[in-house]
Amino acid sequence: MESKITHPVQNGGKINKMMALNLLMGAIGIYLWWTIYRVLPDLSKWLTYKLLPIQEGSHLGSSVEFFFYDTPKVMMLLFLVVFGVGILRSFFTPEKTRTFLSGKSEFVGNIFAALLGIITPFCSCSAVPLFIGFVTAGVPLGVTFSFLIAAPMVNEIALGLLYGLLGWKVAAIYLGTGLFIAISAGWVIGRLKLENHVEDWVTQANAANLTMEEEKLTWNDRFVYGWDAVKEIMGRVWIYVILGIAVGAGIHGFVPEGVMASIMGKDSWWSVPLSVVIGVPMYSNAAGVIPVVEALLGKGAALGSVLAFMMSVIALSLPEMVILRKVLKPKLIAVFVGVVASGILFVGYLFNMIL
Amino acid sequence: MEIKVLGPGCAKCKKTEKLVQEVIKEIGVDATVEKVSDMMQIASYGVFGTPSVIVDGEVKCTGKVPKKDDIKKWLLK
Repeated sequence: MESKITHPVQNGGKINKMMALNLLMGAIGIYLWWTIYRVLPDLSKWLTYKLLPIQEGSHLGSSVEFFFYDTPKVMMLLFLVVFGVGILRSFFTPEKTRTFLSGKSEFVGNIFAALLGIITPFCSCSAVPLFIGFVTAGVPLGVTFSFLIAAPMVNEIALGLLYGLLGWKVAAIYLGTGLFIAISAGWVIGRLKLENHVEDWVTQANAANLTMEEEKLTWNDRFVYGWDAVKEIMGRVWIYVILGIAVGAGIHGFVPEGVMASIMGKDSWWSVPLSVVIGVPMYSNAAGVIPVVEALLGKGAALGSVLAFMMSVIALSLPEMVILRKVLKPKLIAVFVGVVASGILFVGYLFNMIL
Repeated sequence: MEIKVLGPGCAKCKKTEKLVQEVIKEIGVDATVEKVSDMMQIASYGVFGTPSVIVDGEVKCTGKVPKKDDIKKWLLK
């Protein structure tokens, strides 16, 4: 079966005008964004201590101020990151990624798959068709897993928020270790030769060879794509962000300095596994976890433990396992969870040791 | 006209189906809509992302909720 998608060619002159208008709106938008962003610290203080009858220096005050400061800040950062990544993503499609990966050898394939997993637009509810599409196109199983691990693990929203709230070093560590886990876990799964633990119907699936004409996107289309991403993602995650900040604010105001250092500190060997055990059943998304991470670090938790906690919350989730169960036999799911969890443990210990 | 909406039943897929139904009513075209949620069937179309919309055997869009105007274009052809 051969199918085609056709797209109308647009008028050139109209696009130039739209483009100029977009750039102008963008410039005004960035100026407004920056102006508001700069007054946030003062605004949150004023809201907390002048508008509300809260004593400066109290536990409650510290919590409320954290909440009023972080909520608009995180939302504004999220807006910028999602828009930017949306535009970047308009250059990639799962189809292009598959074509690119199907000819790659194992190790090199794992590296590219992990990198492409970060930027290829794909939602977890599409994991099954994507998995089938990759495997039937001859992408090795391990390489497919590198992609499936990197996609949720190295989350562009998390990366942007970590950069904005905790600086480039933490963001770079997160990116580097996330890629490392995706590449090595995929490679290990590939070496284990578990192809026969994929559900039988997958390999028998007679997937049609879909040939689609490449979409010709103008810059205007890409801006629209970015804008749609903002509406879609912000509409979905705002509640998680607010809940996450509320939890973070509670920790910030009421948990005494040093308590976290003993629970999630680097001196106790069990802090990393404990973080993973707590993190796996928790289901939140990256945007909601980061404010909690910020507050934990502020109270003396070690970076390795916090990183392990964050990664297990966003990379290993129960709903995803349920979806993947349709194409993977239980043993392969167990291997998948085991290998990824080991990678997270390794990263956690490594950073508690060297920092 | 035979329209198929492919999707395991996530929020986006339901929205797509609803949009297709709305457009059919608006423009009054004679069409049947079938929701395909069986993974094996979805895979057999060779699509990667869900939701996908198939009109008379032709894959019109994959991996996103289509715009109403786009759906109109597919149905009016």
